Amino acid sequence: MSGPELGLAVSVFLACAVEAVEALTIVLAVGTTRSWPSSLYGAGVAVIVLAALIAGLGPAVTSLPIHALRVGVGALLLVFGLQWLRKALLRAAHLKALHDEAAAFEAESAAALAAQARGVARLDSYAFAISFKGVLLEGLEVAVIVLTFGGNQHRIALAAAAAGAAIVVVVAAGLAVRAPLARVPENTLKLAVGVMLTSFGIFWGAEGAGVSWPGADAALLGIIAGLALASAALVLWLRSTPRALGEAA
Amino acid sequence: MSAAVKAARAVWDFIVGDDWVTAVGVVAALGITALIAGAGVAAWWVMPAAVLGLLALSLRRAAN
Repeated sequence: MSGPELGLAVSVFLACAVEAVEALTIVLAVGTTRSWPSSLYGAGVAVIVLAALIAGLGPAVTSLPIHALRVGVGALLLVFGLQWLRKALLRAAHLKALHDEAAAFEAESAAALAAQARGVARLDSYAFAISFKGVLLEGLEVAVIVLTFGGNQHRIALAAAAAGAAIVVVVAAGLAVRAPLARVPENTLKLAVGVMLTSFGIFWGAEGAGVSWPGADAALLGIIAGLALASAALVLWLRSTPRALGEAA
Repeated sequence: MSAAVKAARAVWDFIVGDDWVTAVGVVAALGITALIAGAGVAAWWVMPAAVLGLLALSLRRAAN
């Protein structure tokens, strides 16, 4: 496996794992409080929709001209990556609340208990809809990441396999603890994913725009290291100057 | 609101999120990179510099 392929697999695995942890919380909350079969049906149908999306769009993405593909992929990865990175850095600097899976589980459970039963026969439509929506929304970004990363390197199967492995790991962990995965260091993972997405976005976007990187593919490692260091510096800056930032408004 | 407008808004929210300035900055930086590279000048430094600048500005706006 080449360096960019390893980067692809790791990035997709981490991104999918983070989203799967959040989706698992919703499925667990609805399943525990309402109906396990309906909750699992909803989650299963959402996974099928996401897989169909990747299978349907994959060939179209890989057939695009390489320069146009790289500019498009680079721009998308940069926009997504910078969103992940910004939120993770704000959380690391204590300027935004950490995502609390236990609290999310409680809130989702309370909402599920409060909702009136509207199911027919054996299907609880509330449980089905909430699980379906939760998994679909959390998974949509992963589907785009699989398509962009995989499409650009013509390794959609590898990207999809990495995403599938992440889902298996998270579901297995969820089954083992039978509770939301509150101990997963979600923000650290999000920070790592943000650095990876943004770094690949810089690399491919610039290549698509006509840039020749010094050191060819090895430049990617430099970009990742540089962005990780810059992220650490930005956290320190945010932590040390909240008052100054406020006064600068 | 029509279904088309709702769909367009959902796509916009999904891709651009709550920071459209950064998204516009990314597109502009790619355009500038293409212009400089097209002129035969080394342009590899543009995207890393632009991304760091956009990230710092985005954090500053969010912190405020």
